[in-house]
Amino acid sequence: MVIWGEKEVLDNQQLVTIKGTRDGLTFFIDDSCSFDHAVHELHDKIKNSRPKEDEPVISVKVKLGNRYLTKETEGRLMELFTEENRFKVDKIETDVIRKKDAIQWKEESEIKAINQIVRSGQVLEITGDLLLIGDVNPGGKVAATGNVYIMGSLYGIAHAGTDGDRKAFIAASYMKPSQLRVADYISRAPDYESDGVYMECGLIDEEQDKIVIDRLQVLSHKREEISGFERRMQYG
Amino acid sequence: MGEAIVITSGKGGVGKTTTSANIGTALALMEKKVCLIDTDIGLRNLDVIMGLENRIIFDIVDVIQERCRLNQALIKDKRFESLSLLPAAQTSDKTAVTEEGMKKIIHALKPEFDYIIIDCPAGIEQGFQNAVAGADKAIVVTTPEKSSVRDADRIIGLLENKEVESPRLIINRIRNHMMKNGEMMDIDEIIQILSIDLIGIVADDEDVIKASNNGEPVAMEPKSKASIAYRNIARRILGESVPLQSLEDNKGMMQRVKRLFGMRS
Repeated sequence: MVIWGEKEVLDNQQLVTIKGTRDGLTFFIDDSCSFDHAVHELHDKIKNSRPKEDEPVISVKVKLGNRYLTKETEGRLMELFTEENRFKVDKIETDVIRKKDAIQWKEESEIKAINQIVRSGQVLEITGDLLLIGDVNPGGKVAATGNVYIMGSLYGIAHAGTDGDRKAFIAASYMKPSQLRVADYISRAPDYESDGVYMECGLIDEEQDKIVIDRLQVLSHKREEISGFERRMQYG
Repeated sequence: MGEAIVITSGKGGVGKTTTSANIGTALALMEKKVCLIDTDIGLRNLDVIMGLENRIIFDIVDVIQERCRLNQALIKDKRFESLSLLPAAQTSDKTAVTEEGMKKIIHALKPEFDYIIIDCPAGIEQGFQNAVAGADKAIVVTTPEKSSVRDADRIIGLLENKEVESPRLIINRIRNHMMKNGEMMDIDEIIQILSIDLIGIVADDEDVIKASNNGEPVAMEPKSKASIAYRNIARRILGESVPLQSLEDNKGMMQRVKRLFGMRS
């Protein structure tokens, strides 16, 4: 009697393939078998290819295809590789993400258009990019995890990249803000009376290590990937 | 059915009570039935400005705590049959009044009066919440000072979450020469920041202080600038369209002639 499945498949097909690259090894793990089988085979493969004591540590990339790893299973996989400290796991790549994460990504990368005057004492907090059609009055505050675009006058406080994104910026039709904040940077208005500026943006200047205000035109070369979604795709 | 209008500002001392008294008086002058409500419990002033302090027997807290009927607490004005005042209590504090209590009172007053003017206390705490609770419309009073405009902005923001129609603005205590010199915020600048409709501007007028001290609202005086301003506001509340008052000092003909000849005026 032939028992369908496991044994036969295992014989015919490799569940784990290893490829050597310039940067180290890439492990391709088949995504159609059960995780336990993959781990089993991986265990054997690792045993055979693990560098010796006197050889240098090899960095490893794992490609999972359409397999999703939970925190637990990822831990088991990591354990397997890092046993005896001869492999260093660079990256575990998967082609799939959870719906929940996808929705969160979308949230974080969406531009939310809001039509409102943010008055003194009001705080407008947004996940993603904020497009405010209206003014931010003195004493009012807007904050977004992404960029802040204001079609109106900014007199109050604007905070871009609240989750720590230093590439985020603040753009406004007219700005005379009391404070600009980007990620963990804060800059404030000078103590002397000054005129506001039209069509400018506030962003972190790496060289000066502070927030600078510049013409909107500089964004096209300083912040090329303007959309939060593209940023996420690139930097995870 | 009457209309309840709350007069508020956030900041203290910008002239809420004076404005309430004068708008009430001006509306009464136009033969409307008006009830003024003072909600500044513990710091009542409206009765003093109206010159009705000696007539108080019961107050708003007595009404809410059912120690008297609403009609017993209403004070008839000494000048107008059609003007009444519901005074605040001087001995209790703001917790003695509840939002439900206010709503009930205003609901009971509405069939009797054309306009119910509610004088709001300064601040944004319970007293403000009470005063706003039963109001249909709001008038925000500000002066041309940054701090006062900032507070007005805050109040407008808070009013947006209430069941109140979008508020209208009175700019009080304008000193024309300072505005011209740029030492005071000018009207356009204030409106640009607050972005609500303007219902009136009132000049800083000594007559207002004189009148308040005499217990006679300035709106009773026919000629004073502030009086005209308040009466214009009342007309705008009634729906008339009245152009904004010119703030220029109206110098007499003789003085204009003198200036023409280069004499000091």
